[in-house]
Amino acid sequence: MSPPDDRSAEGGGDLNRPGQTKGPVMEGYNFAYLDEATKRMLRRTILKAVAIPGHQIPFGAREMPLPYGWGTGGIQVTAAILGPSDTLKVIDQGADDTTNAVSIRRFFTRVAGVATTERTAEATIIQTRHRIPEQALREDQVIVYQVPQPEPLSRLEPRRAETKRLHSLADYGLMHVRLYEDIARYGHIAKAYDYPVMVNGRYLMAPSPIPAFDNPKMDRMPALQLFGAGREKRIYAVPPYTEVRSLDFEDHPFRPIRAPHACALCGSRESYLDEVITDDRGGRLFVCSDTDYCSGRVALREAAE
Amino acid sequence: MTRPMLEARGLTLHFGAIPALVDVTIDVAEGEVVAIVGESGSGKTTLLRVLSGLMPPDAGTVRWLGEDVHAMGEAARRRLLRTDWGFVHQNPRDGLRLNVSAGGNVGERLMAIGARHYGNIRGEALSWLAKVEIDATRIDDLPRTFSGGMQQRLQIARTLVTHPKLVFMDEPTGGLDVSVQARLLDLIRSLSRELGLSVLIVTHDIAAARLLADRILVMRRGRVVEQGLTDRVLDDPQHPYTQLLVSSVLAA
Repeated sequence: MSPPDDRSAEGGGDLNRPGQTKGPVMEGYNFAYLDEATKRMLRRTILKAVAIPGHQIPFGAREMPLPYGWGTGGIQVTAAILGPSDTLKVIDQGADDTTNAVSIRRFFTRVAGVATTERTAEATIIQTRHRIPEQALREDQVIVYQVPQPEPLSRLEPRRAETKRLHSLADYGLMHVRLYEDIARYGHIAKAYDYPVMVNGRYLMAPSPIPAFDNPKMDRMPALQLFGAGREKRIYAVPPYTEVRSLDFEDHPFRPIRAPHACALCGSRESYLDEVITDDRGGRLFVCSDTDYCSGRVALREAAE
Repeated sequence: MTRPMLEARGLTLHFGAIPALVDVTIDVAEGEVVAIVGESGSGKTTLLRVLSGLMPPDAGTVRWLGEDVHAMGEAARRRLLRTDWGFVHQNPRDGLRLNVSAGGNVGERLMAIGARHYGNIRGEALSWLAKVEIDATRIDDLPRTFSGGMQQRLQIARTLVTHPKLVFMDEPTGGLDVSVQARLLDLIRSLSRELGLSVLIVTHDIAAARLLADRILVMRRGRVVEQGLTDRVLDDPQHPYTQLLVSSVLAA
């Protein structure tokens, strides 16, 4: 990936926000931790995944220096596509400053010496756990999702050989049975995250546990979307401008769910909100889950005052 | 007579040294109910599995409306199995999803062929539950809370909802008590007459065969030893084995 044009203007200034940082690179590691042969294998897998949108491609996942469930799949995909001139952003449930995001960002700073950022607009590669940034992504960006369970049918059909056959025959009635059951029981489709989508009208895909709120952002997104599942050893992809449709019924259309509040910090009524419990007497606060989006809006407001 | 819908010619299948099917030829015409009877191990269920494309034969062909069932791709065969055909298993647990509500079970085949309107699917499920005499209030209950007879009726509703032309039934009354059997047989008979269904039913119950079937095939050790109109075969059995079978039916 090449850096965006506006990046060269950055570098110094703006002390209010944590901009790009470069740390010392650790000796003795190949660039971006993985050896070149592994990265080639990963890139071949990624190319295949891009060629068949939404189809899960198996790959030989390596042991990574973090436990399964912490983003071993995403980190390998990122390592395979990372170049020295890239700027990396890592988010965990929208936040740049939580453990998972901080440790993965520091990992790549140490083993690849790449620039990192917390600003969505400045990043060329965004590795994410369970969110898509609020700010629309561009063609020159890549978003890498960490995926715990790549098989959307796993809860419905435990046999891998059988789900593979269902995918090859595009036999997805089973998933609709699940949605039917939700409506029959709860009156609406109760799946709020990892909401199943059809990619390019062919493959049923698990969008990783992003909130259903983020599903519409995947549809015809200009950025390349890559999905890595380390424990399950699968990579899949959605190429830029590909149709991604959330499953639904004609009389129960898909609707993104959002807490009906404004962000307590920036006042946004459009962004996805986290509920924060503030005390043990029922006090609660709703704040943007995307910290970069929220702080950007707060900074704008302060500048205007 | 019109051309039969299902034509099987010279089916042969061996499990190792054991002959499961030996040169079996069978036709099923539109709206016809054909029973396959015989002792256990005579190859009845194997024949059903071969005819429905679930198992390939060593030799012989099965044609559905002129098309070779075993030569078509798996996708086409699966489509056939959930549109033109239906399969009612002996054990309803094999044919139902036990962790999905009754309505979902009936709706699954509709959704598999592309129905995407919740209200219509539910309406269809309700009307089918009524046809198989399951109370409408049970629509959201799980099949595991149903009695054996209800489960079997639910399986029939689930199979018939897509209006198949041919239904394969593998001992649908096995394991049910006599009064439930009678009601189920009555239901199958009225539904098949009403909808003009062709049914290929495997049973070891001669009385059930007499009640339901237009034609009967008697199998023994993988061979069809006798076939003909039900009344003719049962009232005037020619083959010694058929004579034994008919004479061994207990009169109540």
